[in-house]
Amino acid sequence: MLEQDVKYLKFKTYLNTYCPFCHQSFNVEKKDHKQIEFKAKYKGEEIDIFLSPYLDVFDSETSVPVKDGEFLEDLMCPHCQKSLISPETKCGECGSPVGSVIISALSKLVPFFICLKKGCEWHGLTKADERKIKLKIPRQDMPEQDQTLRIHNHQEVPYGFTTELASLEAGRCLQCKVPKCVEGCPVNVDIPGFIKLMREDNFDGAAKKIKERNVLPAICGRVCPQESQCEEKCILGYKDKPVAIGRLERFVADFERKMELVKIPIVKNKNNKRIAIVGSGPGGLTCAADMALHGYSVTVFEALHELGGVLTYGIPEFRLPKSIVQFEINFLKQLGVRFEVNHIIGTILTIDELLEHFDAVYIGVGAGLPVFANIEGESLGNVFSSNEYLTRMNLMKAYRFPEYDTPMPKGNKVVVVGGGNVAMDCARTAIRTGSSDVTVVYRRSRNELPAREEEVHHAEEEGIKFKLLTNPTRYIGTDYSTLKAMECIKMQLGEPDASGRRRPVPIENSEFIIECDMAIIAIGTGPNPIIFSTTPNLKRNKWGYIDVNQETGETSIEGVYAGGDIVSGSATVIEAMGAGRIAANSMHKKLSGTKEKEKEKETKK
Amino acid sequence: MAKGTIIRFDISAPKIAAKIKAGQFIILRVNETGERIPLTVADKDEFAGIITIIFQVVGKTTALMRSLNEGDTIKDVVGPLGKPVEIHNAGTVVMVGGGTGIAILHHVAKAFKNAGNNVIGIIGARDKDLIILESEMEAICDELIVTTDDGSYGQRGFVTQPLQKYLDERYDIKLVYAIGPIIMMKNVCNLTKKYNMPTMVSLNPVMIDGTGMCGGCRVKVDNKTQFCCVDGPDFDGHTVDFEELEKRNSLYLKDEKTSLLFSIK
Repeated sequence: MLEQDVKYLKFKTYLNTYCPFCHQSFNVEKKDHKQIEFKAKYKGEEIDIFLSPYLDVFDSETSVPVKDGEFLEDLMCPHCQKSLISPETKCGECGSPVGSVIISALSKLVPFFICLKKGCEWHGLTKADERKIKLKIPRQDMPEQDQTLRIHNHQEVPYGFTTELASLEAGRCLQCKVPKCVEGCPVNVDIPGFIKLMREDNFDGAAKKIKERNVLPAICGRVCPQESQCEEKCILGYKDKPVAIGRLERFVADFERKMELVKIPIVKNKNNKRIAIVGSGPGGLTCAADMALHGYSVTVFEALHELGGVLTYGIPEFRLPKSIVQFEINFLKQLGVRFEVNHIIGTILTIDELLEHFDAVYIGVGAGLPVFANIEGESLGNVFSSNEYLTRMNLMKAYRFPEYDTPMPKGNKVVVVGGGNVAMDCARTAIRTGSSDVTVVYRRSRNELPAREEEVHHAEEEGIKFKLLTNPTRYIGTDYSTLKAMECIKMQLGEPDASGRRRPVPIENSEFIIECDMAIIAIGTGPNPIIFSTTPNLKRNKWGYIDVNQETGETSIEGVYAGGDIVSGSATVIEAMGAGRIAANSMHKKLSGTKEKEKEKETKK
Repeated sequence: MAKGTIIRFDISAPKIAAKIKAGQFIILRVNETGERIPLTVADKDEFAGIITIIFQVVGKTTALMRSLNEGDTIKDVVGPLGKPVEIHNAGTVVMVGGGTGIAILHHVAKAFKNAGNNVIGIIGARDKDLIILESEMEAICDELIVTTDDGSYGQRGFVTQPLQKYLDERYDIKLVYAIGPIIMMKNVCNLTKKYNMPTMVSLNPVMIDGTGMCGGCRVKVDNKTQFCCVDGPDFDGHTVDFEELEKRNSLYLKDEKTSLLFSIK
C-alpha cells in the first residue's frame, strides 16, 4: 500500500469494501454485527471467509476451520466469482500471495490487501504501522466561529465535530483493556465502549451507551473540565495529546438530538414512593432522572422562574445554548418528573414539611451567595458580583434590553476580578455586549489560573487582556458614585499553601491605578443562608456547607440527602452530577430496602 | 383603589398566603420579557389564599401591571422572601409610613396591634390623592395622624413633625417603625437618633432574584455589607447607610426611561 493511501485509510477505521471487478460490496450487515464476506478455496473445496470490517480487529474466520500458518488457495468475489488474487503484490510480511479489494474511505477509493496465509495480519499495514498511524492522527480541533465575528453575537463558539472529524478522532482511541479514562470520570461513563460504537458508525448506540451513566451528555460534553478528568488519564496523553473525549461526547449527544433519535425509556416497576428534589441544577436533575428511572415519582422544586440552575442563570448562551438545557429538561418531563418553579424551599415549604409529604429529600441548591473581598468602594454603582452580572445577562436576557425589561450593565473599560471559569464567562459576555476593553485581574500567575485552558484560550482570542499577579485594593468612584478606576497592588508568589498552590503575597508600595467604568467581582461563592435559617437541625461543616456522609450523601436529618456545591463549595457541573447519582443510589437502596423488610415482616406474620 | 397612579392587586397565591408574614415580600414577573420586581405584601387572606400588593405606577413593569384586568394572570410570583418583622409586645409603638409604604405599614401595624401593642400611626404623602388605606389604618391604630406635603388633607408638612411631637410628649414609646421613600426613612432616623429611640426601617433596594444569589441588593448596615433580600428587608435604621442606598437605587433611572420609551414605540 502506498504512503498516500495510508493517509486515507487512517481516516476511517470502518471499512467499506468492494470487488475490483464487479464493484459490488462485500460488506454484510448481520443482526448484531457487521462483517465482510468472501469466498475462498481451501484444500480444493469452496469455503466462506468472514472478516471484521475494523482495521484494529482484522482477524478472519472461515466456515471450515483453517489453522494458523496454512494457506488459502484462492480468494474470490461471492458475486462475480472472479479470483481476487493480485499477481503484482506479495505480502509485506511473509511474501505469500495476497487478494486485492477496493475500500472506500473519506470518499476515496484505496486498494487494500488480504494475505492468504491464515494468521498473517498484513493488509498493507502491520500492527506496528497501525499504532504509528494512530499516534500520527493529531487530536482533532472543533471548527469554531471566527473570533472577529463571534464577539458581536451570543451564539455558541464551537460548531462541534462533523461526522468525519468525529470518526477520525474516535479512531485514535487505543481501546485499552483497563481503561483509565473511566476512572477519571465522576459518573464513570463507559468511554471506550461508546467510542467503539462510534467506530462502527453507530452514533445513536454510542449516545445510548453514555446515557446509561450520564443523563446530560450534551451539557457535559460542553462544560466538563475533561482535561482534568477523563482526558487527563488517557494513555495516549503520555506520548501525544489525549483523545478528545468531551468533544466526542458532545458530538454523539448532538447527533442523537438532531436526528431525533432520543427515546423515552419506559419506566417499569413504578412504586408509589415520592421524592422531592430541591434545586433544578445539574445535581438535582441527575438525581431526579435516576430516581424516576428507578420508578419513584419525583418532584423538583426551583426557586427561580426558569429551570436548570447554574446551567440557565450562570453559564452563558455562547458556551451552553439554553435550547439544549431546555431539551434535556423536557426529556426528564417526559420521564414523568414534575417541576415546580418559583418555589423557595425553606420559606414556602420547609424541609420538615417536605418530609411529611415525601419519602426522601435531596438538597442540591448550590452555593449561590456571592463573596465580596470587603474592600473600599465595592458598593459603588457599576461594581457587580459575577452572579448579578450573569443572572442579568443569562436568566433575565438583559443583553436584549430594552426588548427584555431588565437593564444591561454596560461599561467601556471593564475589569473582571478572578481567574476561574466564571470570570472568563463574565469577561467574554462583556466583550460581546460592546465593551471596548476587557481586562481580567488575577492575583496568581498564569499557571494557577483555575479556568479551563480552552476558556482562557478563547478569551485571549477574543481580545481579553490578562493582568496577572495583581489584586485590587480599592475601587474609586466619581462624584456620582459610579466607578472611575480601581487601585491594584502587584503580587508575587510565596510558599505553597494548604491547597498546594503558591500563596500570593503583595509587593509593598507597588500600588497602581487601572481606569475602568465597570468591575465584575468573580472571586467565588458561599452557602445560601435560606435553607439553614429555616432548617436549624441541619448539621453544617466547618466551612458552613452541609455536612454529609461522602459515600451516601446522607445529612444529619434522616431521609434528607445533599450534594453538589452546597456540600463541596464551588465545583463543577459533573461533580454535582456525581453527587446527585451517589445520593440517588443510596436513597434507592434505603427506600427499596425498607420495602423488603416490610415484606419480610409480612411473611413472618 | 383607583386613586390615580396607586393600584391595589389581590393575587390568588394560596401557598404564599399560607406562609407569608408581615414585612416579607414577593417577587413577580409580569410576562416572559418582564423584569423581576420585589413588592412587600400589604395584606393576606390565608383562608381565601389571597395576597394583596399595593404599588405606584413608576416604571414599565408597574405600567404593564396597570393594564391588567381582573381575572388576568401574572407570569411568575415567588415568595415569601426576606425575614419577617420581629413582632413583640413592646408597649407603645409608632408606625410611620409614607406614600405606598403605607401599604406595607398596614400589614406590620396589624401584626403589632395583634401582639397587644398600643399603636400610634403617622401616615403621610405628597397630596390628598396619594393617601391610601386611611380607614384601614384608623381601624388598627389607637391614634392616627395624616399629613400631606401640600396641606391638601390632614396636617400640612412631613411625617417627622408629628413624630417629633410624640417623642417630646410621650415617654411610653418604645419603638418606631418607619417605611416609605428613602429620604423619609432617613429623616425619621436622624430624628429618633436624637432621642435614642430604637427605629426599624424596611429597605427597598434594586433586586433581581431575591434569594441571596445576586448580591445586587447589598446595603451597608453598621459598616458591614448585608444582603437586603436574605438579611433584611428590616434593619436597625440608625446603622443604615442611606446615602449609599439612595445612590445605588438611582443607578438605573436612565435605563428605566429607555425601557418605557421602547414600550411606547
